[in-house]
Amino acid sequence: MVNRKRKNESGAATAFISRGKAIKILQLSLQDFRRLCILKGIYPQEPKHLKKVGKGSSEPKTYYFLKDIQFLKSEPIIEKFRDYKVFVRKLNTAVAKKEPGTARRLRRSRPVFELAHIIRERYPTLVDAVRDLDDCLTMCFLFACMPKNQKIHTEQIQFCRRLTLEFMKYLISIRGLRKVFYAIQGIYYEAEVLGQTVTWVVPHKVAYEHPTDVDYRIMSTFVEFYCQLLGFINFSLYTKIEARYPPELTLEVPSEIQVESLAIKDEIYEESANKDKWKAEQESVERLQSLFEGLRFFIGREVDCESMVFHIRSCGGEVSWDNIVHEDAPYDADDKRITHHIVDRKQIEQSFSRYYIQPQWVADCINARRLLPVKDYFPGAVLPPHLSPFVNESDGDYVPPDKKRLMGEEVGSVVGDKQEEISEDKAENKDKKKKEEKNEEEVPKMSVVAGAVECIDAGKKRKKEEDEVTRLREMAIPKKQKRLYSKLKYRQKKTTQEAKKLEEKRQKYELGEKKRKQAPKKIA
Amino acid sequence: MASIARKRQREILENKTEIPPTTEDVANVAEPSKGELSTLKKDEYEHDSSDEEDVKNTIGNVPLKWYDEYDHIGYDVQGEKITKPQKGDEIDEFLQKNDNPNYWRTVIDPHTGKPVVLTDEDITLVKNFVEGRFTEPGVDPFPPSIDFFTYEKMIHPVTNHPDQKRSFIPSRLEMKKVGQFVDALKSGRMKMSEPEKDSDEELDEKLPTFYQLWSNEGESSATRRYRQFIPAPKNHLPGHAESYNPPPEYLFDEQEKQEWKAKEPSERRLPFIPKSHSSLREVCGYPRFVNDVFRRCLDLYLLPRQVKMRPNIRAEDLLPKLPQPRDLQPFPTTQAMVYEGHTGPVLCISVEPSGHRLVSGSADNSLRFWDVASGRCLGIVKFSHAVKDVAWNPNAAVSCIAAAVNNEVLVVETNLVYETENEMLHLEAEEDSESSGNSLPVTWTLVKSGSEYENGIRLKITHPKVVHTVVWHKKGDYFAVVMKEAESMPVFIHQLSKRKSQNPLKKPKDPVQTVMFHPTKPYFFVATQRYVKQYDLMKQELMKKLLTNCQWVSSVDIHPGGENLILGSYDKRFCWFDLALSAKPYKMLKHHQKAIRQVCYHKTYPLFASASDDGTVIICHGMVYNDFALNPLIVPVKILRGHKVCDGIGVLDCEFHPKQPWIFSSGADCTVRLFY
Repeated sequence: MVNRKRKNESGAATAFISRGKAIKILQLSLQDFRRLCILKGIYPQEPKHLKKVGKGSSEPKTYYFLKDIQFLKSEPIIEKFRDYKVFVRKLNTAVAKKEPGTARRLRRSRPVFELAHIIRERYPTLVDAVRDLDDCLTMCFLFACMPKNQKIHTEQIQFCRRLTLEFMKYLISIRGLRKVFYAIQGIYYEAEVLGQTVTWVVPHKVAYEHPTDVDYRIMSTFVEFYCQLLGFINFSLYTKIEARYPPELTLEVPSEIQVESLAIKDEIYEESANKDKWKAEQESVERLQSLFEGLRFFIGREVDCESMVFHIRSCGGEVSWDNIVHEDAPYDADDKRITHHIVDRKQIEQSFSRYYIQPQWVADCINARRLLPVKDYFPGAVLPPHLSPFVNESDGDYVPPDKKRLMGEEVGSVVGDKQEEISEDKAENKDKKKKEEKNEEEVPKMSVVAGAVECIDAGKKRKKEEDEVTRLREMAIPKKQKRLYSKLKYRQKKTTQEAKKLEEKRQKYELGEKKRKQAPKKIA
Repeated sequence: MASIARKRQREILENKTEIPPTTEDVANVAEPSKGELSTLKKDEYEHDSSDEEDVKNTIGNVPLKWYDEYDHIGYDVQGEKITKPQKGDEIDEFLQKNDNPNYWRTVIDPHTGKPVVLTDEDITLVKNFVEGRFTEPGVDPFPPSIDFFTYEKMIHPVTNHPDQKRSFIPSRLEMKKVGQFVDALKSGRMKMSEPEKDSDEELDEKLPTFYQLWSNEGESSATRRYRQFIPAPKNHLPGHAESYNPPPEYLFDEQEKQEWKAKEPSERRLPFIPKSHSSLREVCGYPRFVNDVFRRCLDLYLLPRQVKMRPNIRAEDLLPKLPQPRDLQPFPTTQAMVYEGHTGPVLCISVEPSGHRLVSGSADNSLRFWDVASGRCLGIVKFSHAVKDVAWNPNAAVSCIAAAVNNEVLVVETNLVYETENEMLHLEAEEDSESSGNSLPVTWTLVKSGSEYENGIRLKITHPKVVHTVVWHKKGDYFAVVMKEAESMPVFIHQLSKRKSQNPLKKPKDPVQTVMFHPTKPYFFVATQRYVKQYDLMKQELMKKLLTNCQWVSSVDIHPGGENLILGSYDKRFCWFDLALSAKPYKMLKHHQKAIRQVCYHKTYPLFASASDDGTVIICHGMVYNDFALNPLIVPVKILRGHKVCDGIGVLDCEFHPKQPWIFSSGADCTVRLFY
């Protein structure tokens, strides 16, 4: 007899498994399952046909691939979970029975989770691991500045802090920092590690409350994994630059440099076909790496020392700080060789031998990859807008005039804006005067005005024709692509609308500014 | 404590009962201790006598209160009742208390109910007991200990036993056990407990040690997991608006602020209102930072991942590469003439084969003849009903038109226009009888005189239902009519010369919309609502059925070459069929916004047009190549606007000029227009 093919015995019905069943197969609690998924990087799958997978029911459930679960089943860490459960039970018993000796012995033999094999499995190469470093760094930097909590232990916080300092130190030694952005959420960094772009956020160094609507256990699990990952990455990176790991760090003082060997060069780029572009990029990167070379900075007490030291040292500058903030300042505030003094307050006793600047100057310089004029950044001055270095405007997007100006300066037309403005103003004034004179001269007389010839705007006409041609071509788009086309068109329209709106707002603002500037002059 | 002591006393007293009192009478007991001692010495077997005991208590071990109601307590050997000892009343008690010096040491025996005076010994015992001392006097609680084994080494052994053999040969059991441990240690099953360390050292121990994890990257494929891992998408990177000091145009004005507040948090593009800080020190902490990171964590392990290909293409690249319309000229581009005069929607137009004259039929029950070049109305023919369709005879020699008015088809001689007369239209049909013998529900009437004759009407063909369409054969002798409402025999083919009618379709399944003659071959096309059927008139059979994919076909036209067919439908679709290629449309366009009313080919130029209810006529370039390998090239070249849309109806009919690349169109706005 032929074997009958039954329903739900193959295909989607067997390829997927619901979370509840997965937990049953693995014989874990939901919490442990969650932990396992986080550590192993297993995520749920969305089946195409919910009804087929649900064997008739279209109830929305979390589904995993059965193969994923089978893959989890052979994970040795599950055994550790069970050991830990037993350990906790024994420890509780010992504590309840008031047997401190047993408890101590048990504590010493607490099962330890080894995550190295998981890291190796998830990231087969170092580059893979570096590619996935964004979330890892964000979490580690967040935990490094968190206060102690019931769910977050001091050791974890200190460990995070150590690892992040190590990483910053590495970046300083290879001069890997590329972009800095002071956002409202925190400070965004972009760095280049082994040819990979790594981006992360560091929260502002201010006190904040622990939010209550957050499950710290989940975050803690992530951090547990990320700490291990970052530790191994740090080790490998340090070995790559032939530095000793762990480096000597004093946790109180922000990253110190002991450059043992300077930046390594990736040979992959050398082979790239687009050589000119690469060359230009490489030059600009080199410029950035030696941006602050020869400059000596001093950081005021009110400025966040750690981030500032990181910025300056990753661009080759020398930096010192107030001994009150941290110990071991390389030089004093009175040092004669200091060129830039970073302050973030309105008034300060100023010395003539140095520039007093606001912290934004450092970030803007790094993003522009050149030293910007300091005059806009003096203490108490109205700062130019701080632009995001992460925005790459494509055609039709709005580009803020400040960015245009910066880019224009970069190209080489370094002409004093003020001079231009002045000359423009003068020209305008002249025009106005002339007009006024004319007005005085003009006396209304009876006259015949010659009729103007209604000239057809050739450009407009051509555009109209072109529009019609495109409309006709749109008609001939095959049905398959019509939807995509309309979508793209819609997006295009939206961006133009937004750009237009922003432009209008800017114009309005500039008009207002002009009026405000002129108003006091008239009074005077 | 006191209560406990009392209890103990009672127990003692109970024990005491076993010791028989020496005297029966309480009063007799004057000197208890000495007397007792003397009696003991006198008669040492007195206690052994069981008689006496019997005498004292014969009731056995039962509570005395059972005898409360009686005067006696039990019976003696003789069966006499033993009377209860006299129990005095309260006064006696009081007197006893005062008089009797031994009253304090007198207790009642619970077994016999007799008073017993306690001896001095008893008192001492009780006292010792109460005070927690040994009851027996003279007991030393801590006697000096005499060690059996001394610390000094003696010359003689304590025991005389010889040592056992097993005490001086190594234990095999222990050896086995040690072996097991060693094995376990070697294999790593067991670990030596580490020596305890200081707390600092322990802290250092807790920090995990790292090593070179990715030392041999060549082996990476071995550790790769079975399935390609989809990395999580990167986090959103901040734009200018998220800066602590954004450009002023990114700050919200009042209206934007309100819009932002009115939106749901998930719908907002920015999670906060952009704010400008004059310096970095003014930036306060972002309160949602931890929540954002937590959200990201949840996304990482809870959300399913999918690889989605984002089209990396510009919208302009999707536009098909077509030749420029100006390279495909000539085609009509501008409106040249408007033929005004009708008072109702112009339902149909037809152009004279030479292209000098134009006839239009309207809903105002009239037919108008126009001079194409000047736009002058040359003549009007009035009817009682709206003119549904009009068609000019393609044979220039027979200058007449066929007009569908109500259920009649009228053949109008166009001498109005040319001042010539056709003999054919005046002759009586010879085979009149034959045609009547066919018993078709069609009657031919020759108009010979009267006002109708004056108007030029020469023939009248009456049909059972309202006639909607009239189509001439190319030679100009045959013409076909369609009655959309007729269920049976909706199509007739009339022969003008012989005044004969034929009915090709008896009872089609679908209602017929329109019909068409093949330009060169004896084929006949019938368009029903959904299909177009091609019949061979010679063989009288169905050749092909075209699947239009439309819901309601409105009009059909055939390419002069006869190999291609276009079709318009009321559901906005326009189809081009290559008859040699397939029964399905070669190309389908949806270029009109509303229903298509009419489609037509140009006779000489590679042009075709479609007229729609949206008030436009779209001209397309439709090149058909002689080479069969090349597919027809279809390019929309011009949208002609001019007709106004009245009550949702725009252009009703369109037709190309037979020689020039011009097009005539008629619309619901009572005009006929010429574009060139």
